[in-house]
Order: sequence, then structure tokens, then C-alpha cells
Amino acid sequence: MTNALRLYMHYLSQSIRSQMQYRASFIMLSFGHFLVTGIEFLAIASLFARFKHIQGWALPEVAFLYGLINISFAFADAASRGFDIFGTMVKSGDFDRLLLRPRSTALQLAGHELTLRRIGRLVQGLIVFSWASYTLDIAWSVPKIYLVFIAIFGGACLFIGLMIIQATIAFWTTESLELMNTMTYGGVETAQYPLPIYRTYFRKFFTYIVPLACVNYLPSLAILERGDPLGFPVVLQWVAPLICIIFLIVALQIWKIGVRHYRSTGS
Amino acid sequence: MPHIIVENLVKTFQIAQRQPGVWGALRGVMHRNYRQITALDGISFTIEPGELIGYIGPNGAGKSTTVKVLSGILVPDSGRCEILGRVPWKERIAHVAQIGVVFGQRTQLWWDLPVIESFDLLRDIYRVDHHQYAQTRDEMIAILNLESLLDIPVRQLSLGQRMRCDLAAALIHRPSILFLDEPTIGLDVVSKLAVRDFIKRLNQERDVTVILTTHDMDDIEALCTRVMVIGQGQILSDGPLENLRARVTTERRLIVDLEGTEDITDPDASVVLRDGHRVHLTFDPDRVATADLIARITAQHPVRDLFVENTPIEEIISRLYAENR
Repeated sequence: MTNALRLYMHYLSQSIRSQMQYRASFIMLSFGHFLVTGIEFLAIASLFARFKHIQGWALPEVAFLYGLINISFAFADAASRGFDIFGTMVKSGDFDRLLLRPRSTALQLAGHELTLRRIGRLVQGLIVFSWASYTLDIAWSVPKIYLVFIAIFGGACLFIGLMIIQATIAFWTTESLELMNTMTYGGVETAQYPLPIYRTYFRKFFTYIVPLACVNYLPSLAILERGDPLGFPVVLQWVAPLICIIFLIVALQIWKIGVRHYRSTGS
Repeated sequence: MPHIIVENLVKTFQIAQRQPGVWGALRGVMHRNYRQITALDGISFTIEPGELIGYIGPNGAGKSTTVKVLSGILVPDSGRCEILGRVPWKERIAHVAQIGVVFGQRTQLWWDLPVIESFDLLRDIYRVDHHQYAQTRDEMIAILNLESLLDIPVRQLSLGQRMRCDLAAALIHRPSILFLDEPTIGLDVVSKLAVRDFIKRLNQERDVTVILTTHDMDDIEALCTRVMVIGQGQILSDGPLENLRARVTTERRLIVDLEGTEDITDPDASVVLRDGHRVHLTFDPDRVATADLIARITAQHPVRDLFVENTPIEEIISRLYAENR
């Protein structure tokens, strides 16, 4: 385990080095990423300029949800590049090379690249998050800070898990991966708004199947000290993000099934 | 104790058949027709430690499928395979730690990293201890003459330079078996010779078992003590190069440079090619002793020079394929 972690760190440091060979490109891409994600938030802000509230949530509170989920997603997006390009890797046969090395394929793909330009989204998310916290005048305490950290960590686990599942599908088909994008990008969009505004089946899907509510809506209730119209147990608000670690573990098991399928069919 | 035991290996693939046109593509989403392709149709062989084996066959004959099964990437449908006492596909990680694989068409180095840093990463991937790593790396650098390449990103290397680095990379963990898949493809003559020379040394000095697939018959003639020919998923021939020659044909060539340009007629030999003063004759050494034939010809014609050649290996292989079609 420590050995695997050491190798992972080695991979990452090399990945950063190779990206730094194209410094100008890195800076422009990061800035572009910052602008594109920034426009998203401006759209939300203009919506609130008209309607002021959605079910009792004002702009700063929605901004809090928005910042939190975008920080998680930026980390996940940066860390899972290997899974993102996995489809082309299978097609070109480069995946065989990973199977020739005495390490798990998931570790090697995770180490493929740490996509630094995702820092654009990260910075943007952090700015929105900080503005929201400041405007809402949140009474920060050690438990609340802990909750922010596990919410970000859990969120990253959730999105990485989704991207692993998306990559796994490429073992069977290289077409129609759009479906999974509705989970990742769509999930980010969904989580930007408070859960109660959605229909029941939609809420249930994003709570029990893809536990998005566990890393965003539920912990935010605890931090913002709001009541929950949906009536989840309060204790859940404090531990829910950890559920996403289980989601990631399940995703890795599904990945293993995919690898087994690949090795028996060779395609 | 053989390094590699293969018995009755069978592997089939399902190939989805595409229908032509847009309508066909749409129908393909709903319903697919599969065609079965037998890539390996019951192949068997054993390989002893230190052998250097040429594994040849036309494209699609099952060469790379064999290499993929032997290197633990693919699980076969049936049959037995044991390499260094392990079943490759059952203990993939332990197995691949003992073997090295080089693909001529694909690098296993990191495209944007300097060569030396790829080596460092491989050290961590293979868990090689630092002392042994430093020793192996320095040896490889010396033998393959890599000193001046170490700081160059792989994408800037020429094909020949890259192949030398790839060979070194595949040996960082000191494997006892090496699979080489067309290691000389696309290389210039000098690089080709360097690669061949290295493979030979590796095999002779370190006793590394080498399995070499190639289309370059010069590789085979220069290196291999044993040749296995695969065609349509079956081993067509397995043995020393001379046996392969003998199995297909015993025919030899006599090439004579005459003083003049007259015709040669002999009951035991036939002319296959005339080129000015040079005449190519083929004959069967079972019917006529080589020395007798030469004596007869030199008695009848003024001869400047002559030499005897084996049938070119390309010709032997193509006959073997034709026989099995």
C-alpha cells in the first residue's frame, strides 16, 4: 500500500514535469477553464437577480453548494484523466502495455496524468465558495471545517468512481458514453441547486444510487444550520460524505469485472 | 525444467459484423451478428532456458495472440500454459514481473519524459532495489550506448535510438524471458545490426530466453537456433532452421560466373536465371553430389567464379504457407 502510494506520487511528479514543458499552453488552458466555469456561475447569479429565492435558498446559499461541488469535481477531474482517455487507449492497444506491468491497472491509469489545467475550475470554485462563506457569515468551528474537508473528499471519490464506471463501459462499447456524462457534468449541475426543488424519483436517484446529495446537500445543511424539509436524520449530515468512499470501492470492483472481460475477449 | 510449456492452446475471438450503410449501423446497435475467428487452434511447444527462438508467420496467423497469452494479457479458451512454473493469466502480476516485452511498433517509455526518468519510473513500477537498479541501468547504458540519449524526451528520439532505449527499459528488472515483437521493424541497417548484436549478447552472456517474432528473415538467420512457424493458428513447423529448409525443400542453388555467355546444360541441374555472365542453377543434392556437379560444369565451361547457396528463407516460408492453405 505505501509502495503503491509512493509509485503514485512518482507518477504525479513526472506528470507535472511533462506538463510544465508546455508552460504557455498550461497557463492559457487554465485561464480558459476558469472563464468557462465562471460563466456558469454568472448564469446562476443572473437567475437569482430575477427570482431572489428558490424554495427559501438565496444566492449565497446556492453559491455555497456550487462552490463545494465544483471544488470536488475539479480535484476528481484532474485526477481521473487516465480513465477519461481510456476509450482511445483500448482502441489503440495501449492498454495492453499496462497489463504487462506488475501493478494494478487502476493504479497505473490513476497515475497517467494529474491534469493541472483543472486548476481553473478549482480556483473559480474556491472564489465562489469563499464569497458565499463570507456573505453568509458562517460560524466556523472544528466540526464544520472537518465536514467541508470530508465533503470535498467524498465528492472527489464519487466523481472519480463515476469516471471509472464510465471508463469500464469502454470495455464493451466505444460508443454512447454520453450517458455517463449526464452523471458527471450533469451531477455537478444538479448539485448546484438544493435537493428539495427536484422531483422525488430524481432526488432518490441522486441520494441512493449516485449519492450526490451525501457530499453536497446534506453536509451543507449542517454547515449552514438549516432545517431539512426532506427529513433525513441529522447524524447523516455529518457522516454522509464517507458513503462515497464505498461508492468508489464499488466502482473499482466493477472496473475489475471490465478488465476480466477484456482479457477473455481481447477487445 | 523447461521455461515455457504450452499444450493445446486454443483461443477464439468473436468479431461483430457490421452491416453496411447508416441503416446497418443503426441495426447493429440493436442486434449484432458475430463471426467466430480461431486465432489459436491447439498449439503446443516447450522452450528450454537460454533458447533463442524465431516465431514467424504471416499477419493474422496468431503470432501476437500467442505473445498476448504467454505474457498474461489474454486468457485462452482452453489449453495449458506454464511459464517459470506459473500460469500467466492466473497470476498476472507475479508473472509479468519475470518477463520483458518489447513491441517494435509501440514504445513503453513515457513520451514527454527524458529517457532516464522513464527508467526511474520503471524501477518503482517493478520494485527493483536501488543497488541492483543502478547496476543494471549502467550496464545497459554502456552496452547500448545510450549515454548521450538519457536527457532527451522520448518523442525526440529517432526510431533506432528509441528501440535501443526500449530494449534497456524492458530489462531494468532483469527478466529471464524476453518477448520481442518485430524489434527491427523500420530500422536502418546500422540500428538493425546493433539491435541484433544486443539480442545475441543478451542470450549468450546472460542466458535470457528470447522469443522473437519478426518478418525480417535476416533476423532469423542471424539469431535463431530454432524456428517455429505458425499459420492459421497452428504450428506448421518447429525445429532448427536447417530442418525447416530440409522439410520444405532439399533444393540448393549453384551460381556460376562464366567467362563467356554460353548456355549450361546438365541432366541434374536446371537453369532458373541468366544474367549476363552469371547463371543460377538449382539442383537436388540427394540426386547429385555438389562436388560432382561442380566438377562436371567446370570441365565443360571456363568458369571465373562459383558458389553454392541455400534456398532463400523467404521462399521456404512461402512454400510452407502454400502447402498448408
